[in-house]
Amino acid sequence: MSDVAATVAPPLPTAAEKLRFFSLWVLAAVALLLLPQIFGSGSSLTTFSLIGISIIFSLSYNILLGQTGMLSFGHAVYYGLGGFLVIHAINIIGANKLPVPLPIVPLIGGITGLLFAVLLGWVSTQRSGTAFAMISLGVAELIASSALILRTFFGGEAGVSANRTKLLKLFGWNFGPQIQIYYLVAAWTLIAVIAMYALTRTPLGRMCNAVRDNPERVQFVGYNPHTVRYLAFCFAGFFAGIAGALAAINFEIANSAYLGAAQSGTVLFATYIGGIGFFIGPIVGAIFVTFLSLGLSDLTQVWQLYFGLIFIAVVLFAPGGITGLFMMHRPLLKAGTLLRVLPSYLVALVPTLAMLAGLVLAVETIVHYTVNPGDDSHIKAFGVGFDAASPSVWAMSLVLLIGGFLAARRTWVWVGHAWNDATSLAREKGVAT
Amino acid sequence: MSAAIELNAIKKNFGDIAILRDINLSVAQGERHALIGPNGAGKSTTFNLISGYMAPTSGSVKLRGEEISGLPPYQINRRGLSRSFQVTNVFANMSVWENLRCAVLWSTGQRYAFWKNIDNLPQVRERTAKILANINLTARRDVPAGLLTYAEQRALEIGITVAGGANVILLDEPTAGMSHAETERAVALIRRLTEGRTLLIVEHDMSVVFGLADRISVLVYGQIIASGTPQEIRGNPKVKEAYLGEEAA
Repeated sequence: MSDVAATVAPPLPTAAEKLRFFSLWVLAAVALLLLPQIFGSGSSLTTFSLIGISIIFSLSYNILLGQTGMLSFGHAVYYGLGGFLVIHAINIIGANKLPVPLPIVPLIGGITGLLFAVLLGWVSTQRSGTAFAMISLGVAELIASSALILRTFFGGEAGVSANRTKLLKLFGWNFGPQIQIYYLVAAWTLIAVIAMYALTRTPLGRMCNAVRDNPERVQFVGYNPHTVRYLAFCFAGFFAGIAGALAAINFEIANSAYLGAAQSGTVLFATYIGGIGFFIGPIVGAIFVTFLSLGLSDLTQVWQLYFGLIFIAVVLFAPGGITGLFMMHRPLLKAGTLLRVLPSYLVALVPTLAMLAGLVLAVETIVHYTVNPGDDSHIKAFGVGFDAASPSVWAMSLVLLIGGFLAARRTWVWVGHAWNDATSLAREKGVAT
Repeated sequence: MSAAIELNAIKKNFGDIAILRDINLSVAQGERHALIGPNGAGKSTTFNLISGYMAPTSGSVKLRGEEISGLPPYQINRRGLSRSFQVTNVFANMSVWENLRCAVLWSTGQRYAFWKNIDNLPQVRERTAKILANINLTARRDVPAGLLTYAEQRALEIGITVAGGANVILLDEPTAGMSHAETERAVALIRRLTEGRTLLIVEHDMSVVFGLADRISVLVYGQIIASGTPQEIRGNPKVKEAYLGEEAA
């Protein structure tokens, strides 16, 4: 190594830093191993399994959106096809008693996703931007509608089911109990996360970022942006296929919903809400959205409406997602000025929550009168019972909504001032903001 | 020895409008050649044709004797021709270091590798560091390119252009919008970075042109009306009439 590289280039990670980084993964593995010891109930194991699947799926989606700048409306195609192929594979393996244990079956889903990405991606990745988005939507609709037409393969409305326990036993595990599925998903999640993280740190990974930022310029440094996009698309298809395979194994069924627009939308949601600008963003988003969809659906019947509101709020006010919100505070933490903004957050929280409570009351009341007007007006939302027919509830909703908004608006200004103070103070201390 | 760049009977029409009517231009290897002319003469279009951004309507473009017209930009770049842009054209969300490294990757044979750790490529690291030091942006190494000052972005633009080690460099108005002091620094930088390479430069600042170029070609209304050394161009009556005379008046 020459003097120039030694003095000018960013320092290479030291042995201590490498060790710390490596131990982070080991720690993650240990945490995944011990998680069922703390939350061992069947429902929490199912939740964890769903989160793992969602993490792989969201990260694969972010290879497209966050890393290469391709907005896809049809990523579920590769997830779903991976799932269907795996269900058929399990049935074939089980029927013929082939020597294939379940843990390697997700690879079949991955290869399916990859093959279809290879096949369908060549044309759609010719262009990025609107053209890519439109083609992805068209392909998704095509595949989703053929799922209902080609009954022999996709099983029509009912889907196709399989019995995962009929495969070759590995160490005496037949993968019937949810705990064994949890470990299967956890292992694949860890492998996939490491692989996708490694991908970002390769020449291809960096050229993906370059294509995202400026595809025109990429051509003038020797790279074909189409090839870069195509390769990214194939990787995304592969990992989506693995996620779909794990979902199929988890539910022992694959149906047309796997391929549908709702599934494609959900992964876009999770990835964006988590934050597309950070590797960890989609992981955060997958965890958040899985918990939210499981939790909200118990609390209110219009949970999808709240989902949409959250998505709009994130797009408008936090384009960096949840991760972006946290990362914004890193310089403040470093400079020790974080305490200057936190009190303003607490103050702003009170009227903002009041406003949201008013909004929820209004939404639930309106839903009651539009969806089930004949029912008893004593309804329950988010565990709180109230009378949707009572004018005092309407009044309270209005007061909370309007009063909360007016008060909150003032506190938001205060938050803005506190933020500016804290960042300029951090800058004075020499921390880049 | 064949010329570094040779344009033969180049025509380019946009619809019915002829932008380039008959361009014949030869740039010898190792030469610093300036392309001047009034606004709208077709200088940037000429650059776009040479670099593969557009294909000519007719005529031939040769890079060191090899026909390149109609090839996509990345193919031409791989054959050793690199260009900069009049409007800064960098990877805005990536750091200065990442910008330069992306420009180095292809020429060091990394291609689309997804099995190599990017931080573990000594040759890439070395060359990126050299370019970074050369364009004097070491202190700004980790800053996203979009947050650089204008002059810094222009320096980065030149850095990206030369980073791949191309033998033929095309610079499109590299000092446009710069202050006098910044222009001087930019010219020194260009001189240093294009040492031993062929340079074709479009420039409006005549002090830059006459200070830097070995030869000058004058493009007016889609035609080259004169080619020669700075002295010859200064003394050429046709050039005076069409271009320099107006500027001087």
